[in-house]
Amino acid sequence: MKKTLLAVSLLFALALTAGAQSNPLLLNAAGATFPYPIYSKWFDVYHTQKSGVQINYQSIGSGGGIRQLVAGTVDFGASDGPMSDEQLAQAKFKILHFPTVLGADVPTYNIPGVSGELNFTQKALAGIYLGTITKWNDPEIAKTNPGVSLPNSDIVVVHRSDGSGTTYIWTDFLSKASDDWKNKVGKGTSVNWPVGLGGKGNEGVAGLVKQTPGSIGYVELIYAIQNNMPYGKVQNAAGKFVKADLAGVTAAASGAAKEMPEDFRVSITNAPGATAYPVSSFTWLLIPAQIQDAAKRDAIKGFLKWMLKEGQDYNEGLSYAKLPKPVVEKELKAISQIQ
Amino acid sequence: MSTTATTTIAHAVPPEAGPRVFLRRLRNGDEVAHVLTLIFAAGILLITSLLVYELWANSHLSRAKFGWMFFWTRTWDPIFDNFGAAPFIYGTLVTSVVSLLIAVPLGLAAAIFLAELAPRRVSDALAFLIDLLAAVPSVIYGLLGIFIVVPLMRTTLGPALKGALGFLPFFSGPNYGVGFLTAGIILALMVVPFIISVSREVLLTVPREQREAALALGATRWEATWQVVVPWARSGIMGSVFLALARALGETMAVTMVIGNDPRISASLFAPGYTIAAVIANEFTEATGDLYLSALIELGLVLFLLTFILNGLARLLIAATERGGGRPA
Repeated sequence: MKKTLLAVSLLFALALTAGAQSNPLLLNAAGATFPYPIYSKWFDVYHTQKSGVQINYQSIGSGGGIRQLVAGTVDFGASDGPMSDEQLAQAKFKILHFPTVLGADVPTYNIPGVSGELNFTQKALAGIYLGTITKWNDPEIAKTNPGVSLPNSDIVVVHRSDGSGTTYIWTDFLSKASDDWKNKVGKGTSVNWPVGLGGKGNEGVAGLVKQTPGSIGYVELIYAIQNNMPYGKVQNAAGKFVKADLAGVTAAASGAAKEMPEDFRVSITNAPGATAYPVSSFTWLLIPAQIQDAAKRDAIKGFLKWMLKEGQDYNEGLSYAKLPKPVVEKELKAISQIQ
Repeated sequence: MSTTATTTIAHAVPPEAGPRVFLRRLRNGDEVAHVLTLIFAAGILLITSLLVYELWANSHLSRAKFGWMFFWTRTWDPIFDNFGAAPFIYGTLVTSVVSLLIAVPLGLAAAIFLAELAPRRVSDALAFLIDLLAAVPSVIYGLLGIFIVVPLMRTTLGPALKGALGFLPFFSGPNYGVGFLTAGIILALMVVPFIISVSREVLLTVPREQREAALALGATRWEATWQVVVPWARSGIMGSVFLALARALGETMAVTMVIGNDPRISASLFAPGYTIAAVIANEFTEATGDLYLSALIELGLVLFLLTFILNGLARLLIAATERGGGRPA
């Protein structure tokens, strides 16, 4: 009996000293699922190569991330949509937004007999999702696609059923494309869709589109690239039809960077610039402006600096668009606001 | 049986002073077992009440704003903060009813075969496989739905139903492959193992004498099964059906993968719909507004209520059929 007790206490002592020796600083974070792959890569690399700082990130969704941050149960949060003024006012402390990477949505479709890339005007996409354009051979679609024989069949609209940043970007874009959309539906991670079927996740939308003849849906650019899905071009603010790629997304961010507000809460859908892809968005880390614990404060600031410089090099490997230079410089300055 | 057992024990143990009885029973383990089991039983009650309390308390905002209208409102608009549960209640009930309409005859027939007609060895082997089926995770059934049932519904089953029964409102309108009917079929596949497994067990417990008496009176084998054995096991079979119903009401993953997730009330079974469990799973993580979150929690409360009411009705139904002489006592 005594022997076991001794052994157990020895074990405990060992565990304690082992813990004290390596002493990793543990930070907890939670939020958006869209940037989760790049975040986990960054946190892993930063932990093993750069410092002992271990960041435990739970991808519970933007809404959950904001709630947990406001409740003070995590050290920082992450969100695909910027926090609203109302949400910021509700929080008991000041919260700073730091853009980390860029994402984009692309329209993907399945029309029997049509294999090429379609050009979508902003009006066409808004009309399709509002339910006012119901046939594939509608003049609004046909006029920008000469030479494509569009069938006289019904359009089956597919959207995300789960709340997501992807939907936020898409509806934000549609709100700018159409006043009707803005007034009737609005933008958000989930909306009251006028028409359409809901698929769960990118894979749900992609699956429905693949299986349903005459359907159109939207998925994340990364998802479309990784799965070799065909997708259409979208007309941007300059009137050009742009096929989404990482460069076009970064171009959209540069276009919007000139009028970047001090708090980085900006929508870059429909950004100016001939090469800018119009359905793009930042995703943000949400950091408290005041952090009492000096060690944690330094760790977070250190990570932000690393993320904005070396961290960005990991983006394209995982199909995320890099932040444009002016935005990075502006963010580096903003880090000093964390106290 | 149990009453005689207690009386013999009561006689065997001579009356003693209170504390000493308690101590001895403590030493024998009786009292410990009593207290322990009591705690666990109370725990169930506590968990249930906590669940209801949490749902009630956290849905405060939504209850205050919408009141009873929550049950009738057909819109679900997170942007303009207008929430109603009607399409979700409708979807939950319709998919569950469709699934039971398919699963009950199928499950009951299979259970009768396994319990009454099949050789014992075949029956046991099949019962093992059916129990395995009941343990398959629901996402697997969802994938089965997406890859097999949805295309089948769009290309073969749907057009066939439309051709034969298209004059009914249930089988009209566009057919996308996803919708109430597809969700009902997937749910039926998921709950049928419960019905078979439990019903078979119940049928096997019917005393041999019941069958023999019926056969001796000149009944054929089928008459003995259908008119004597099945009525004898009726309450157990009902139990299996309500177990299946409970599973169908609360199923989330498989349903959301094949129902189309569109909060609308349509008579057509081909139309896309939505269920309570599916919308909670879909929207809870990204629900940012307080009222939005509160409305989702109230949906949870509604689902709880729905289950509660249906289970209550089930109890009443069982009680009624038993009084009606369902079991020849």
